Amino acid sequence: MGKLRGNLLPPALAILFSALLCGIALVVSGANPLRAFGAMVSQVGEGTTAVDIVNSTGVYYIAALAVAIGFQMNLFNIGVEGQYRVAAVVAAVFGGSVALPPGIHALAIILVAAVTGALWAAIPAILKVTRGVNEVISTIMMNGLALGLAAYLIRADVFGELRGNNIRTPEIPSSGWVPGIPLGSSGTVFGLVFLAAALGIGYWVMMNRTRFGFELRASGESSTAAAAGGVSAKKMILVAMLLSGAIAGLVSMPEILGRDHTYNLNFPAGIGFSGIAVALLGRNHPGGIALGALLWAFLDKSGLALDNVGVSREIVTIMQGAIVLSVVVAYEVVRRYELAAEQRRVGRQLGTVEPVGGAA
Amino acid sequence: MRGIAVAAIALTSVMSMAACAKDSGGTSNNAGSSGTAASGCKLADKPPAAAASSSTAGDGTKVDGSALKVGLAYDIGGRGDASFNDSAAAGLDKAKTDLGLKADAVKELTAAPNEAEDAKQTRLRQLATEGYNPIVAVGFAYAESLKVVAPQFPDVKFAIVDGAVDGATNVTPLVFAEEQGSFLVGVIAAYQSKACHVGFVGGVDIPLIQKFEAGYAQGAKAAAPDIKLEKKYLTPAGDFTGFQDPAKGQVVGQGQVEAGADVLYQAAGASGKGVFAAAKAGNAKAIGVDSDQYNQPTVAESKDVIVSSMLKRVDVAVFDFVKAVAKNDLASLPKVFDLKVDGVGYATSGGKIDADLAAVLEGYKAQIIAGKITVSDKPSS
Repeated sequence: MGKLRGNLLPPALAILFSALLCGIALVVSGANPLRAFGAMVSQVGEGTTAVDIVNSTGVYYIAALAVAIGFQMNLFNIGVEGQYRVAAVVAAVFGGSVALPPGIHALAIILVAAVTGALWAAIPAILKVTRGVNEVISTIMMNGLALGLAAYLIRADVFGELRGNNIRTPEIPSSGWVPGIPLGSSGTVFGLVFLAAALGIGYWVMMNRTRFGFELRASGESSTAAAAGGVSAKKMILVAMLLSGAIAGLVSMPEILGRDHTYNLNFPAGIGFSGIAVALLGRNHPGGIALGALLWAFLDKSGLALDNVGVSREIVTIMQGAIVLSVVVAYEVVRRYELAAEQRRVGRQLGTVEPVGGAA
Repeated sequence: MRGIAVAAIALTSVMSMAACAKDSGGTSNNAGSSGTAASGCKLADKPPAAAASSSTAGDGTKVDGSALKVGLAYDIGGRGDASFNDSAAAGLDKAKTDLGLKADAVKELTAAPNEAEDAKQTRLRQLATEGYNPIVAVGFAYAESLKVVAPQFPDVKFAIVDGAVDGATNVTPLVFAEEQGSFLVGVIAAYQSKACHVGFVGGVDIPLIQKFEAGYAQGAKAAAPDIKLEKKYLTPAGDFTGFQDPAKGQVVGQGQVEAGADVLYQAAGASGKGVFAAAKAGNAKAIGVDSDQYNQPTVAESKDVIVSSMLKRVDVAVFDFVKAVAKNDLASLPKVFDLKVDGVGYATSGGKIDADLAAVLEGYKAQIIAGKITVSDKPSS
């Protein structure tokens, strides 16, 4: 009970606090916050927004899982952004240039994406293991390289083709598509949203029910202690980074195999960074991440309604920033409060502290 | 210890990058200043003078658009970018005054940079379900979304600036011959440059912006075959922040000025403000894009360096489209807004283009219209 409260109270407080902050920002800028929030909530029922939220939740969920695996090992994989972009281009080029039977084609594309993501993540992992290069710096630089590489690969004289003013990779034939769940005018739920759910379950099992997961968490807590227990920290870094990259490689698969069937200039950016925020919000717990991804997707998609009521949509960005910041603070506050409460309780039981010592 | 190592690596890499940048800037600077005297380019033969153009006045018939509800979905930057989107906004404003559009019968929404495809679809769908018709999507990025949304609203007349949607009968493409207008400002740059060295700053390295670069380079070379050209894009394809990053524009513009270029042409959306600032700081001249930027209030502090602007008359296209919808005569719209229909052109505001240069420009323009000069829309290298 106490554990649940310790886990759920901080995010709830953070959301409340950031809503309050945005409300104040809205009042200051002369808008009606209730009308703005109302527009956001009612937007969920409009058009395809509900389905878009579900689809987007799946995408954010995969990105956050990739980040969370790194976090478990004390690795800050900022490179999810670049890993999913490179994986998307390579997988789209691969998918558009091979002919395979239905099903196998899609599976092969997904596999290529995962392998590409892992390989892209392998570079900072190897640098860290062999040369001690901080993965924060190397993955940020790899993000820049990823952008350049992706831009090169889709040039019309490399793998891309020109479509009006857009450039894109050759379209993946229908044998490589993953069908979704059509809901008529409400849109189509990506079939690969279920891949996200499966990855979440797999992540939980791996972390909590396997020796590897235990070793990973142990090395993350203290690499020296784990080493004393016979766990090679270097091996764990390498494996964790590769896994993180492989999952990051899957981030764009729901959209590419479920809707776009190609990588083009409209490819969304920033999902990797959102994934970091979602993983923080969900405290690396598969359930928490799911809630965080849902919240993020809701803010993103329903924020589009704000333009309609004359409120600047950037308020959503303020809200997302405030949530991340305050959730970190809130966890710390609640942790300290519970630590103090624990100390008081133990103190009372041992009789070393006066029962009236509420001043602590 | 580890922290120190990391810091050291970071520092050295930053420093080596800075050194590289400085190095390359220095060498080309030397090359630029040594190669030419300060008197300007050795100019090619001027084109034959253009025949006096018979200006075609508007057809004069008053079109009533007061029954229309017009929706506009801007590209990133939106109203206020002093460039591409503002040009579309100007067309909308003209429709308000000339066609009698009611102020509350207009809705404008703006895209966020790097947003997902479904956000664009939602934006178009919002406009369509609220009864806006016609709807103008500003920017080729909407092409994929329109392919999905347009068939869902067969009665709504859509238009897309800079793009086309195959097979959708209710989508009118509004495309431009940017390379032709850029050719003319390339000529202007060649005539204005003292060092015979000009620069091009593109927002994002995508085919659309490469058309500007291609035309500019061909125009400059046509007017002065020996001219030197700097070119740089702010971000690679896929990262659209290059259209709204004035700071980056300023750094790149400054780099080109230091390399010796003294006329900078920018096709960089809202980042162009930074390029203007760099030109002003470096005593260089600048050429604007899309709108007549000399008269744009958002870049007013740098207006004295703006010698001209390549006009991409998105305003004309948007206005003509709305007018054609009001008249129910979409077939009257040109297939491509090029020099012939004044869909592209150059601005003379600010008085930096004298009569001689204007005659030269009109000569080139006549040759392009007559097909004697074909301007390629792809950069040569």
